[in-house]
Amino acid sequence: MADLQTAQSLERQSMPLTGASLPRQAPLLAAVIAGGIAALIALLGGFGWVAAIFVAWLLLLVGLPLWSRAVEGGRRAVDRIVTLLVWSAFALAMIPLVSLVWTVLSKGVGILSSQFFNNSMRGVLGEGGGIYHAIMGTLIITALATVISVPIGVLTAVYLVEYGKTSRLAQVITFLVDVMTGIPSIVAGLFAYALFALFFGPGVRMGIGGAVALSVLMVPIVVRAAEEMLKLVPDELREASYALGVPKWRTITKVVLPTAIAGIVTGVTLAVARVAGETAPLLIIAGFTTSTNLDPFNDRMTTLPVFIFYSITEPGLHADAMADYAWGAALVLVAIVMFLNVVARVVGGLFAPKTGR
Amino acid sequence: MTVTAPPEVDREESTGRVGDVVFAGISRGSAIVIMLALAGVAVFLLQQGLPALGNHGEAAYGKDNIWAFVWPLLFGTLLASVIAMLIAAPLAIGVALIISHYAPRPVAKVLGWLIDLLAAIPSVVYGLWGIQFLALNMVPVYKWFDAHAGWIPFFEGPVPNSGRTMFTAGLVLAVMALPIITAICREVFAQTPLMHQEAALALGATRWEMIRLAVFPYARSGMMSAVLLGLGRALGETMAVALVLAPTLIVSFNLITAERSSSTIAANIALNFGNASGSKIDTLIFSGLVLFVITFAVNFLGRSIAARGQRG
Repeated sequence: MADLQTAQSLERQSMPLTGASLPRQAPLLAAVIAGGIAALIALLGGFGWVAAIFVAWLLLLVGLPLWSRAVEGGRRAVDRIVTLLVWSAFALAMIPLVSLVWTVLSKGVGILSSQFFNNSMRGVLGEGGGIYHAIMGTLIITALATVISVPIGVLTAVYLVEYGKTSRLAQVITFLVDVMTGIPSIVAGLFAYALFALFFGPGVRMGIGGAVALSVLMVPIVVRAAEEMLKLVPDELREASYALGVPKWRTITKVVLPTAIAGIVTGVTLAVARVAGETAPLLIIAGFTTSTNLDPFNDRMTTLPVFIFYSITEPGLHADAMADYAWGAALVLVAIVMFLNVVARVVGGLFAPKTGR
Repeated sequence: MTVTAPPEVDREESTGRVGDVVFAGISRGSAIVIMLALAGVAVFLLQQGLPALGNHGEAAYGKDNIWAFVWPLLFGTLLASVIAMLIAAPLAIGVALIISHYAPRPVAKVLGWLIDLLAAIPSVVYGLWGIQFLALNMVPVYKWFDAHAGWIPFFEGPVPNSGRTMFTAGLVLAVMALPIITAICREVFAQTPLMHQEAALALGATRWEMIRLAVFPYARSGMMSAVLLGLGRALGETMAVALVLAPTLIVSFNLITAERSSSTIAANIALNFGNASGSKIDTLIFSGLVLFVITFAVNFLGRSIAARGQRG
């Protein structure tokens, strides 16, 4: 009897708690070996480096799991395959994105100069022009769109959260805002065109029309963001205010909105960044011109995205020079959008509501 | 201890003060403005687009009837978007998994931030990159396909030296949709209950088994709706495609030629609207209406799947 117990406990002791596993550096080691073999094959066979990387990847994809299967067992081997595939997907996805950012930076930075920022393209063929008119157009149209959409958007969110709640109208509005988020930008442009053509006749081109089109795209983003933020404001604050005898509208303007303001500003800034890069609607309703136009209620107005588009599609005789302008304008546009995004994040981070998640 | 019942005050009713009435009116008013705006979009598109139903010949860009004009563009739109989703969806799910589960926490945070920034890059910049960089660099790849897989109808030459093909358009759309799909998938993956994941790991699951058994079932509807929202974005995308593809009215599965490749609705409107007049404008607006209906359907599907996932 005693012998049996000893035997059992001995057996228990000898049973390991952890299975055999590859050393921590195993994937790295395997990658180096696979890379070496692939380089050798590529040298002997005379492949390009793209083919060499592909061969190395295939070797790794087969070799590491086999090694793992021998040491660790099938389940761990599958895990290693998936890990490798997931990281490969990541690397593959990063290639175009990094290439995009790098191309914009390297091709765009050469043309930046004070002349580039201060001149328009009026009467310019080839060298010597600038994008002043496009920058001003972008600023004016985006600012007008913001002026139109922010009050409508924020007040609608106030209605949805504070007044409408689960009423029939609020449900309909929520649904319609969802629909609006999906409107293709070119359709928004067609709408603005059809609307303005009604008043000003066919062939109308106006900066304000562009602002209206952008508002159609911007309002749903603002409503969504503001709604989320207003929902985060705790009911205790509202109740405390009511208990002090403050009417509902003063409670909303003095308690609820200030509490949520940081989040709303973030949402609005992100929305501005989104529409500042819109091209399609402006192509249709704001049109294209080479000279500076600061009056949104009169005549054509160029924005940065539209300028980029026409520089490529209709470059005229100086295609190379126009491509340079396009890259410079793209860099400026990306810089504006990135700047707005970073501002939004900083604002959101600094004043994030303490009640947030 | 006496309990005093709170006075019956109906907060939903206006307190009768002027300010309340005015403010409630203004906010309800803005909500109604949105309703009117959307109704306006529908009415204007219908009013301008429906007369085009009878268009033919010159007004329909040389086609016998309006459907013969819209169908090739619709086909091209769907083809480009489907190519984009086939490429973008698996990659986006991979990147989202890296951010939510594989990369170390500090790295993942930076990556998530970068992906959000990339999602904000304007589509015209993607288009510019597509035509001036990607298209040129894809030419050798297309040539290789033409030489080695030319017997498949997808890859029948001749390959244009500009690289401006259907496949390039799909690639650009994929690159553009990638950050958007990734951002949504990442949110969904991050919301998987930690308890489910820890339970799986405690039962001895490997990381992949944990993801397959705990994360994916939870995130399935979210992933579906992310892809559908990305698809909606790709369908309505104008600039990236307008820069890459020439406006044609051809139905073709060919991915790597310039002459026999389809174009998309949005790109066709952008490229032709400037020169259009009279009933041609109606024709283009009608095609915009078709696009609106399609994107609406896709987005609606995406949202209802997401909503069902939240309830379940």
